[in-house]
Amino acid sequence: MPSLSFAAPTSVDEAVKILAGASGMAKVLAGGTDLLVQLRSGRLKPELIVDTKRIPGMLGIREEANQFVIGAATPGTMIYESEALTRAWPGIVEGMDLIGSEQIQGRASLAGNLCNASPAADSVPALIAARATAVIAGPNGKREAPVEAIVTGPGQTSLQKGEFIVEFHVPKPKPHQSDAYLRFIPRTEMDIAVVGCGVNVTLDGAGTCTDARVVLGAVAPTQVVANEAGAALIGHKLDDDTLAKLDAAAGRACKPINDKRGTIEYRVKVAGVLARRAAAIAFDRAAKR
Amino acid sequence: MAKTHVSTTINGEPVEFLCEPQQTLLDVLRDELNLTGSKEGCSSGDCGACTVIVDGSIVCSCLMLGAEAEGHKITTVEGIAEGEKLHPVQQKFLEHAALQCGFCTPGFIVAAKALLDENLNPTEEETRYWLAGNLCRCTGYDKIIRAVLDAAAVMRGENPPSPAA
Repeated sequence: MPSLSFAAPTSVDEAVKILAGASGMAKVLAGGTDLLVQLRSGRLKPELIVDTKRIPGMLGIREEANQFVIGAATPGTMIYESEALTRAWPGIVEGMDLIGSEQIQGRASLAGNLCNASPAADSVPALIAARATAVIAGPNGKREAPVEAIVTGPGQTSLQKGEFIVEFHVPKPKPHQSDAYLRFIPRTEMDIAVVGCGVNVTLDGAGTCTDARVVLGAVAPTQVVANEAGAALIGHKLDDDTLAKLDAAAGRACKPINDKRGTIEYRVKVAGVLARRAAAIAFDRAAKR
Repeated sequence: MAKTHVSTTINGEPVEFLCEPQQTLLDVLRDELNLTGSKEGCSSGDCGACTVIVDGSIVCSCLMLGAEAEGHKITTVEGIAEGEKLHPVQQKFLEHAALQCGFCTPGFIVAAKALLDENLNPTEEETRYWLAGNLCRCTGYDKIIRAVLDAAAVMRGENPPSPAA
């Protein structure tokens, strides 16, 4: 790295100007838990690193009337210490909390996990399931996009030159709405998802599902919104027939690869099982509020 | 290539240093500031040998740039004891012989101290999960966990018997 430079702007405008003005590869630094590993290994050779954490609003969680505003660089420790967010969206918090060790949690952020663009990113499915949006700053001002519009393939995002995510907007839950995230790994801690599944459901007073989003991770080049699986829940309680339809639809939404973590057949099977289990948790939580 | 000037606080003392953009906090601690207690194991955030406390949170200093230290409060293993007086975690590591080669020990001490700063009464399970980001290839972990739980008891004002007794 003969000519790496570092900048730590203190405003969004300054950061956009620096990022947009870079002649070579510029990387945004939030927690750095992926970026610094890629830098060290030589996989990435940026000319510029822009630390965004000194920009007001990038760290921390704010509660507004209808939504939570989560700073893009907010680390896992701040997310799981937020009682309000944990109460509102336990699935989003448990997804983030599954990432790495306590040391990693001290740094790793939602925007970093999203923009690293791994299909297995644990914090992403539940965010998408909650219909969260990302606010993106860039040379043409700010724009807002659904979280599922950010990742376009492994390691690839739809962010343009000079753009970076400043915050996430997560709507507050409606009555009888809740979520859950489960991932499968062959041990108990610190591994990369073989399959991940976020489920977000809204029930009526009688426990019948009126709205549902099922989002799968690690089973395709990007996170998958399994529309058919969500639709299988709507209009139903969580009976055996509904669970079987959910399971089958989740499996059909998968376009996985064979790799050392699992085969195609295995991932399809596990996606169905996780969808059933995550739905059961989300229904239970939704019924209790 | 421009070096970055950084003003920070390390182990309670104001510290200034110059660093290259790609230098990690671990590189700066070891190579510029002669604080060689933090160890470089994997350099990818997996082993925890480089664990330091930044503003109350434990982080891998190999996954933080030196330039990011500006304005923060950092505690390394060198700042855990008070002068000659060992922290209870350090004392209990000695009593339990909770180390063999010792390479992972600074990271464990820092991580365990941060746990006990937050929770003086952790369960064994909480302790094992908290320390899951610290790898030890010698001890099998059991003595480490006993040492941390005993240190917690000491810090709660109890008087656990020494393991050798």
